[in-house]
Amino acid sequence: MRVLGIETSCDETGVAVYDSERGLCAHAVYSQTEIHAVYGGVVPELASRDHVRKTLPLIRQTLTEAELSPEQIDGVAYTAGPGLIGALLVGAALGRALAWAWEVPAIGVHHLEGHLLAPFLEDKPPPCPFIALLVSGGHSQIIHVPEVGIYQLLGESVDDAAGEAFDKTAKLLGLPYPGGPQLARLAERGDPTRYRFPRPMTDRPGLNLSFSGLKTYTLNALQQTLGERDDTEQVHADIARAFEEAVVDTLVIKCRRALESTGVPRLILAGGVSANRRLRERMAAAMQPLGAELYYPRAEFCTDNGAMIAYAGWRRLAAGHQQPLAITPRPRWPLTDLVPLA
Amino acid sequence: MPANPNDQPTILALETSSGACSAALLHQGAITQHLELAPRRQGDLLLGMLDALLKAAELKLSEVDVIAFGQGPGAFTGVRIGTAVAQGAAFGANRPLLGISSLAGLAHAGWRHYGGGEQRLFAAIDARIGEIYCGAFAVNGQGQAQPLGSETVTTPEKLTVPEIAVTHGVGNAWALYDEPLRARIDLAQAQIASTIHGEAQDIAALARWSLDQACAAELAQPVYLRDQVAAIPGSALLDSAPVAA
Ligand SMILES: Nc1ncnc2c1ncn2[C@@H]1O[C@H](COP(=O)(O)OP(=O)(O)OP(=O)(O)O)[C@@H](O)[C@H]1O
Ligand SMILES: [Mg+2]
Repeated sequence: MRVLGIETSCDETGVAVYDSERGLCAHAVYSQTEIHAVYGGVVPELASRDHVRKTLPLIRQTLTEAELSPEQIDGVAYTAGPGLIGALLVGAALGRALAWAWEVPAIGVHHLEGHLLAPFLEDKPPPCPFIALLVSGGHSQIIHVPEVGIYQLLGESVDDAAGEAFDKTAKLLGLPYPGGPQLARLAERGDPTRYRFPRPMTDRPGLNLSFSGLKTYTLNALQQTLGERDDTEQVHADIARAFEEAVVDTLVIKCRRALESTGVPRLILAGGVSANRRLRERMAAAMQPLGAELYYPRAEFCTDNGAMIAYAGWRRLAAGHQQPLAITPRPRWPLTDLVPLA
Repeated sequence: MPANPNDQPTILALETSSGACSAALLHQGAITQHLELAPRRQGDLLLGMLDALLKAAELKLSEVDVIAFGQGPGAFTGVRIGTAVAQGAAFGANRPLLGISSLAGLAHAGWRHYGGGEQRLFAAIDARIGEIYCGAFAVNGQGQAQPLGSETVTTPEKLTVPEIAVTHGVGNAWALYDEPLRARIDLAQAQIASTIHGEAQDIAALARWSLDQACAAELAQPVYLRDQVAAIPGSALLDSAPVAA
């Protein structure tokens, strides 16, 4: 079965074709980052407008690259939520109409299920059960996945998402939007011993997270250094490093706790922040003493993309799920509301 | 594709730029339509309407000559739902796509309402934040609409209109800005209908006259008229992005 996947939940237009026999056939992502950069954040109306311009050309391009004709597509999957309502509507309307015209089934995919299943696009997919650390621009969750389609929330951020914290801290350091990946790059040059930020909520039981307080530490470090040091660039790198260490450490501590308390010997990382190199390395090191396995998608499938939507859509379509002839995106849609596959 | 209206083209049309949702099929010279006043429910209804029209006529989507859609101006979200559905349908069935001005559609609806013949209509709809989307059209006895000047977004106070004697005013802006509009438009003894919406049947009727302008699906795009929708931080511009529903 071949499924066309469409992602338009935020500021990336992603399209892909997944083949249940051959794997991923082709995929393309167009990022709107440049459009929104001057505004310092995503402008929903501009995002929606750009999705209307880009989605269909990307579909055509992806089919051409996959060397597939429309008759060879057996289903259409699109992100139905959560996300920006106007942006979701574009992909949902186009995708649902396309499936109607092709006379194939359609499925509205949960964006976070897409992220969670992205590791399945790799050569060695994780077996179930596993614990998932989902760290993205809008979410930071630790989830128990006994089988694909069943998601039990073990803990989540009580305030900022991890990616959001990366972006906000980057802004404080004067990095252009969206600053997460740039902050990570800057941190490479930072001295990890220079500043020490706390590891929020690690001193109490449970698996919830909190990242908003780290902004204050960043500001304090910046202020305290004013006048003390004149190597501003190195100060910024040292602060970036301290921030990254704090986030990574916190996530490692909580994931270790989740694995120990559930007895599940497997962890997957997903979402934009799981592209972070230090997070991957430190998590891998933490798995060894536990005898646990670690899985994560290639960097380009950590952030928003059509491949994960095509894959998740295929899993649901193959299990007999279908979206009726209506366009019904859900901007707010708890992952735990998803119906199990079987 | 038939080159002139007399060849009786088959046109599937939709219009979602106002609070209504409508779909129409022009086939063998006869029009059928589904219409619901359904603010924010276009997504629920539109594809079902299109599907029902084709089924009732025992047609396949690939058998229509052209897909036509109201491309705005209007509510941003409604315009985009219509555009995206039209694009998906046209690309999926490998049919050409034709965007028709929603203001022209509204003018055509007014022309129908007032019994046809030769009319000059001023179509104006609420664009929020004190502005209107508007345009003037001459519609001939066969229902062919000719724009008189260009369509604009403006405050009623700053409106400049071509020097024409308007016979009819249509659109909900007339209920909101009757006075400033009357002050600027040569109405003589014009009639005003502020509760009329452009419908898919109007889009289909107008599409007959511009079949040669149908294009590949991705080339048909929404017309917003309003392009200033966000303020750059630090610039002292409006922050109240008029995000229409
Ligand atoms: N190397 C990196 N290090 C740290 N953060 C990163 C890195 N790469 C991307 N990010 C962060 O990942 C986030 C984007 O991830 P993603 O695209 O999954 O989020 P989103 O789609 O906006 O949110 P959600 O999926 O929750 O709706 C941004 O906040 C970005 O800063
Ligand atoms: Mg995402």
